[in-house]
Amino acid sequence: MATETKVLNCINCPLSCELTATVEDGVVTNVTGNFCPRGAQYAKEELTAPTRMLTSTVRVKGGRLPLIPVVSAKKLPKGRVVECAEALRSVSVAAPVHVGDVVAANILGLGVDIVASRDMEAV
Amino acid sequence: MSELYDVIIVGGGPAGLTAALSAQQNGAKKILVLERDREPGGILQQCVHNGFGLHHFKEELTGPGYAQRCYDLVKDLPEVEILVDTMVLEVRKDKTVRAVSPTRGVMELHGKSVVLTMGCRERTRGAIRIPGTRPAGVYTAGAAQRMVNMEGYIPGRKIVILGSGDIGLIMARRMSLEGCKVQAVLEICPFSNGLTRNIVQCLNDYDIPLHLSHTIVAIHGKDRVTGVTVAKVDEKSRPIPGTEFEIDCDTVLLSVGLIPENELSRGLGLQMHPLTSGPIVDQRRETSEPGIFAAGNVVHVHDLVDFVSDEAEIAGKFAAKAALGAGGGAARDLAVTTGENIRTCVPQHLRLGAETESVRLFMRVTQPLRGKLKLKVESGGEEVFSKPLMIAKPSEMIAVDLPEAKVGALTSDLTVSLTEGN
Amino acid sequence: MGRQADVVVIGGGITGTATLAALARLDLSCVLTEKEPDIAAGTTKANSAVLHAGFDAPTGSMKAKMNVEGNRLYHELQDELGLDIQWTGSLVCATTEEEKAQIEELKARGEANGVPGMEIWDGDKARAKEPNLSAAVCSALWAPTAGICWPFGMAEAFAENALENGAEILRDCEVTGIRAEDGQGFTIETTQGTIRARFVVNAAGVFADKVAAMAGDTSFSIHPRKGEYILFDKTAQDKMVRGIVFPAPTQTTKGILVCATTHGNTFVGPNAQEQDSRDDTAVTTAGMDEIIAGAKKLVPELPMGASITEFAGIRAVSDTNDFIVGESKTVKGLYHAAGIQSPGLTSAPAIARLLAEEIAKAAGAKAKAKVVKGRPAQPIFRELSAEEQAALIKKDARYGRIICRCETITEGEIVDAIKRPCGARTVDGVKRRIRAGMGRCQGGFCGPRVIEILSRELGIPVPKVRKDGADSYMYEEKLGGGRK
Repeated sequence: MATETKVLNCINCPLSCELTATVEDGVVTNVTGNFCPRGAQYAKEELTAPTRMLTSTVRVKGGRLPLIPVVSAKKLPKGRVVECAEALRSVSVAAPVHVGDVVAANILGLGVDIVASRDMEAV
Repeated sequence: MSELYDVIIVGGGPAGLTAALSAQQNGAKKILVLERDREPGGILQQCVHNGFGLHHFKEELTGPGYAQRCYDLVKDLPEVEILVDTMVLEVRKDKTVRAVSPTRGVMELHGKSVVLTMGCRERTRGAIRIPGTRPAGVYTAGAAQRMVNMEGYIPGRKIVILGSGDIGLIMARRMSLEGCKVQAVLEICPFSNGLTRNIVQCLNDYDIPLHLSHTIVAIHGKDRVTGVTVAKVDEKSRPIPGTEFEIDCDTVLLSVGLIPENELSRGLGLQMHPLTSGPIVDQRRETSEPGIFAAGNVVHVHDLVDFVSDEAEIAGKFAAKAALGAGGGAARDLAVTTGENIRTCVPQHLRLGAETESVRLFMRVTQPLRGKLKLKVESGGEEVFSKPLMIAKPSEMIAVDLPEAKVGALTSDLTVSLTEGN
Repeated sequence: MGRQADVVVIGGGITGTATLAALARLDLSCVLTEKEPDIAAGTTKANSAVLHAGFDAPTGSMKAKMNVEGNRLYHELQDELGLDIQWTGSLVCATTEEEKAQIEELKARGEANGVPGMEIWDGDKARAKEPNLSAAVCSALWAPTAGICWPFGMAEAFAENALENGAEILRDCEVTGIRAEDGQGFTIETTQGTIRARFVVNAAGVFADKVAAMAGDTSFSIHPRKGEYILFDKTAQDKMVRGIVFPAPTQTTKGILVCATTHGNTFVGPNAQEQDSRDDTAVTTAGMDEIIAGAKKLVPELPMGASITEFAGIRAVSDTNDFIVGESKTVKGLYHAAGIQSPGLTSAPAIARLLAEEIAKAAGAKAKAKVVKGRPAQPIFRELSAEEQAALIKKDARYGRIICRCETITEGEIVDAIKRPCGARTVDGVKRRIRAGMGRCQGGFCGPRVIEILSRELGIPVPKVRKDGADSYMYEEKLGGGRK
């Protein structure tokens, strides 16, 4: 049985509690140093299945601006974020686009859509 | 073009749009927002990352998403007119606003009240006097952000960022996601002014080194940046000889602070505050000039757009009331001064009449503090309000609300302080 | 077959452009070559911008003669060419008895050089003129004929007038070789091809000895001397000076001055650092400390919070320590304007006139039948009345779009700056012509917009837009998808 101790800072609030987590066989079994329960929850997620939102831009044709900002509809696995951003660099959509419109469905088969984060009218 | 408006708002960013909504909700019938850029939304349009709106809209939004919300709330209101591509040249004490646009030419507009919401600008290389040559490849983080996120170009491929405030950190991640290599982030202070979340998610996720207590002592390259010399600094921020090392890069992004954009306020002769670099305002965000209000980053640089919106709601409301002739009647003018550990506090004074409401104070501390802290508001030597805190950083504004009952009872000047221990 | 010209002027600084303007008024075909993307890219763009009265240089020197004559000529040319000059007068301040004696000496030398109107003032009179002067200033030399100017604008004016009179200016055109054809003129190799010419004017600034050597004249050498400056925002002017304030001079320089600019800014500098490099304009921490300390002797309360940028320029000092003006002793047909350090800006029209006279004589040239005196007018939006502004916008809506908000510069003016006869090709070129990006935000807001306008008006993609120097590209296309 492999037991590890990991130290990380909580990101939930400005207190930035320094968390010490015990990880046994890939499972977080104990967290100390957290001021509130959110710290323990954060350590568990961050150490076992870290996720991140992705924000970027994609090209838009026929719009007022050449780019439209986009955001992942949900968090993505942290390890795949860079790959998703790379994939978005070759995505192009046509105006008009509305906030929430899907610009890349089910990106890299991860079950998460990338959506527009603003309107872009056609010109 | 010469028309009379209830409220004229200078700047169509989140502060201006929110002030317009608030003015409409408080009875103003004819509201004009003047925006310099090609569309409303201000700087948020280029802040494509998320993390906005949790306080104000109770939902996490991206910058453009937040701007869209603000715009959607006013765009169909018959009382609100928005002119884009319009630059305000001058605001006069009689609340005449001179503006110019390609389609309408030079306009002389008249407001019963005016709200200043011009936002802020970035400090530049010159303001911090970085030695070395002056090649291409040195940009303020905001200018580069606009090119990357709105125009579709990158400033270079190997990047060094000076300044670890949130803008610097966000740009480090943004450039990494665009396939560029961020060589390092340098911070002259012994601590980062950014959120821990951004240190983790913008630097650590991309293995970008953060050098605290370091700065650039020379920029190299004749036509284009070829590298920088970096050195450790002492406690007075002076480079320590012998600690220099070189970093190879083609781009330097500067994220070294923001300054309220107050040329119009100065032109108006408003009383300015030396530390906030913004106009001195009362709790209604009225400036030293009656009928002229100000809100958002033009008053003091905020770290959360949500607080900008909160402040703009206040300014918009009282600008509307003033326009409708229902403000006035301030019997007591009480100064709000800063005590121990507090660098700035907005508003700088309270003008209280018969009608009082709760007052929100926005403060910044002088240094990072941690432990058992007590934020205290005193009036006439008596403590009238206090709040325990566990942490305070200069980069994070503290907001407290003085309850209506307390405000109503105030008769002498206030002092705010943050003390350690009890 | 390459180009042919009667005269090729090498170097597009103030000396080269002034000389081109003088030559273009003769019935000669004239071409100017400049290796950088824009004129005035060397010493002319980074100096004190002072038109000196002429009391510094030793009596009888070329510097003294050209200075006093150049100053006089600028008074004449100001209206004709629409030059941005303010005749503020200058003060040289003494703080000790020794310095007091020194400025008495300066006055005597100035009088011998032919400088009009100088007076010795006491400290109080100097402070009445410049209230922020140090209490330690006990005496000052007042020279009413000194002035401040915008050196780039002067070079631009000379260049535009030269173009009006038929001259040609080749930018991004570096001279790589010169062959003197035994009294039969010259073959000049450039990065834009070969030019055949009867006469060559060497106005190559810090590279003047290199250019001379290419043609076979190795009689002098140039030593680069760097000077650093700090520029202050307009808001600082009340705490600074309205004119030109020098300390008592040293052996090598006129010292670190505190000075206004014609745009309402102020600056302090320069120091004087001998160096080997001819193009190292790096600003140093030590240099900045030096000029701050130096300037504080004149104005003790410098508003350092209002500093907006710092820069350095290289002065071309000849080994004779005087100007070298006139035909080469060894190569016939080669005319030098070399070693043009301070007071080179002031001297430029005098040097130009002298060289044009010599070349006219050698070529048997006469004045053109029809000489154009001025240059095309250019509307400046912020200086117009409301009615004029309205009319201008009606004519072209782009004058209604403010791009640079710090300086109130419209898109129309930026397009004009690019489209003019010797128009801007770079972001800094736009800045130097019309000040877009020169203000307190230093292009933070308008930079991206100026790049977009340059791209559109020059018909080049954004990644081809340059900041200033030949390889100063600013932005790249985004990396494609899937690339590492």
